[in-house]
Amino acid sequence: MSIERLREAVKKILPEVDVVIGYRQGFDPLHATPYFISQPEQVDQLIWNPLCVQNLCSYLPFLKGKVGVIVKGCDSRTIVQYMQEKLIEREKIKVIGVPCLQVISVKKVMAKIDYQVAEEVAFEGENVIVKTPKETKTIPLAEVMPRKCLTCQLATPLQYDILAGEAIQANKPAEAFEEIKEFEQLSLEERRRYWEREFDRCIRCYACRNACPMCICQDRCVAESRDPHWTSQRANLTEKFMFHMIHSVHLAGRCVGCGECERVCPMDIPVAKIKKKISMDLKELFDYQAGINPDDLPPMYTFKVEEAKIKEHEL
Amino acid sequence: MAECGFLAKEKINTLIEALAKKFQVFVPVLEGEVVLFRGFESGKSLCLSRPANLPPKGIIFPASDVLFRFNFQKDPEDPKKVSVELKENRDFPLTIIFGCRPCDAQGFTIYDRVYLTPETVDPYYRERREKTTIITLACNAPFPGCFCTSVGRGPATTEGSDLLMTELEKGYLFVPITEKGKEIIKAAEFEDGSPYQEEAKKVQENAAALVRKPFEHLEKLPQKLLSLFENTQFWEKEAAKCISCGACTYLCPTCYCFNITDEQVGNTGERIRSWDSCMFFHFTLEASGHNPRPNKYHRLRNRVNHKFSYYPQKYNGVIACCGCGRCIRYCPMSVDISEIVAHAQGA
Repeated sequence: MSIERLREAVKKILPEVDVVIGYRQGFDPLHATPYFISQPEQVDQLIWNPLCVQNLCSYLPFLKGKVGVIVKGCDSRTIVQYMQEKLIEREKIKVIGVPCLQVISVKKVMAKIDYQVAEEVAFEGENVIVKTPKETKTIPLAEVMPRKCLTCQLATPLQYDILAGEAIQANKPAEAFEEIKEFEQLSLEERRRYWEREFDRCIRCYACRNACPMCICQDRCVAESRDPHWTSQRANLTEKFMFHMIHSVHLAGRCVGCGECERVCPMDIPVAKIKKKISMDLKELFDYQAGINPDDLPPMYTFKVEEAKIKEHEL
Repeated sequence: MAECGFLAKEKINTLIEALAKKFQVFVPVLEGEVVLFRGFESGKSLCLSRPANLPPKGIIFPASDVLFRFNFQKDPEDPKKVSVELKENRDFPLTIIFGCRPCDAQGFTIYDRVYLTPETVDPYYRERREKTTIITLACNAPFPGCFCTSVGRGPATTEGSDLLMTELEKGYLFVPITEKGKEIIKAAEFEDGSPYQEEAKKVQENAAALVRKPFEHLEKLPQKLLSLFENTQFWEKEAAKCISCGACTYLCPTCYCFNITDEQVGNTGERIRSWDSCMFFHFTLEASGHNPRPNKYHRLRNRVNHKFSYYPQKYNGVIACCGCGRCIRYCPMSVDISEIVAHAQGA
């Protein structure tokens, strides 16, 4: 898809909405940043490339008025989930869909360039080329793909009002939860040690929560509440663990797998793994995947005496 | 005894092991892809190639600090009579922070003005601060997002450090800045560093020249920001992409705001001081339910103004930002405080 086509789409939508949320270059050529466009002259700064990683839909429940938003396939599940939970008025949102086969993990690129300053970034074929003061490095895109892209089935968004480009087919194998199944082979003790080591780094900055499109309690989060007092201000493992469990369990059947929680973690904690485990369980138990069909009701929102896949009544 | 010392690269671990006999030594180590300050243990390998993800501020100003423990006791004869027993927690060991960056060390001087003001000395902070020696590593090159030279500092600024190390081709030059630094030089086995001073100077100058400069001319900035205080449009625009998490404040070597809570179960508990963040809704939420900073733009405005306007106005023009760039580098949405400052200057 060409950037011209996207700019055209934004210009077309702009008169109908108060703001269009897209991307522009951030503080260096390796970082894109959300861009709130309200004037036509701003459109020239709009960018589109695999660095456009943020899930821009997350802003929608908090914005008043009519909003246009640039949406990748993976992000479109957020729109669907919001529709299910009536968190947005779909008719007030203009979705500019962008076909996308993969974004890149900036963290993975940083590791490849030895955490140097990126002076120039270019995309050529299947590679990203990054120039640092030390070297110019050609990195295959496949090597710096975030985990979510490895099993992407949504190259074209599920929801859009305008598609900036041609609809394309996903070219990745479907999610088989192999990583989770492999992890579950570890003993309980080994898994506990793994999570203790990972959560020990948590600084409770709540970036994972605030970047999560489905964490809609935000300022009313039970993790910071004094009444009920479920977590304290102690910076110990128990409290950190408790917060992450609250976050994960509240997302059961609602997590749309956008991976923002993990992408934004400044301590590089693989928090999406827990959500993926829960999504796997939801798939197994309820044959359900969040954010696919706007008419669905999340399984945790409903109760059936006899769930087809839960054989409890036979016990 | 020479004024400054030199140590070959392979001898760094020997130095730290020697220091660890007398001090608890915190060093930057690699955990996965994250660099963190951890207590030194023999066999742990240092990561000196880039700044730690989290500055070492928590070593002197812990993320969660037990100030004291309390225990309520009822009089068995008269249960209405309750006494309370307090046990203060102020037993801090001699400490060394090894291998932090100049911006990290300067962060403590920003705290000092607040926590060591004679009228309101913070005993917990003072005691840890006095017992800590800071051995800083000058930066040989800038890192993504950093801008120390724009805030009147640099990759080899010595303020806040007791000893400044500079990495050279064959080893490290150690220049003592304070008496504490001199003690370290005296105690350990260093070569004479004088022949290396010229090389170090060049390395430091090269690094300074490479740091990006998103803005200059800070003299008028505090007033300029004040004049923009009521400009809702400006702040709403700057804050539009902010998601109000606390990553910027918790990763900041100069953010020093805290919360105090009593964590009590039954009759016993602890009074805890923990990091707080002005980016959170709860930070200014009052008991009445009123919140003077209900919107994220109020809160981002506070963070920028505190560093670039309120603090310098209170403390002789000192900008409360060392330009380490962490808030930019690790911001989920790439909110760039240096860009906001530049926009404010141009507004």
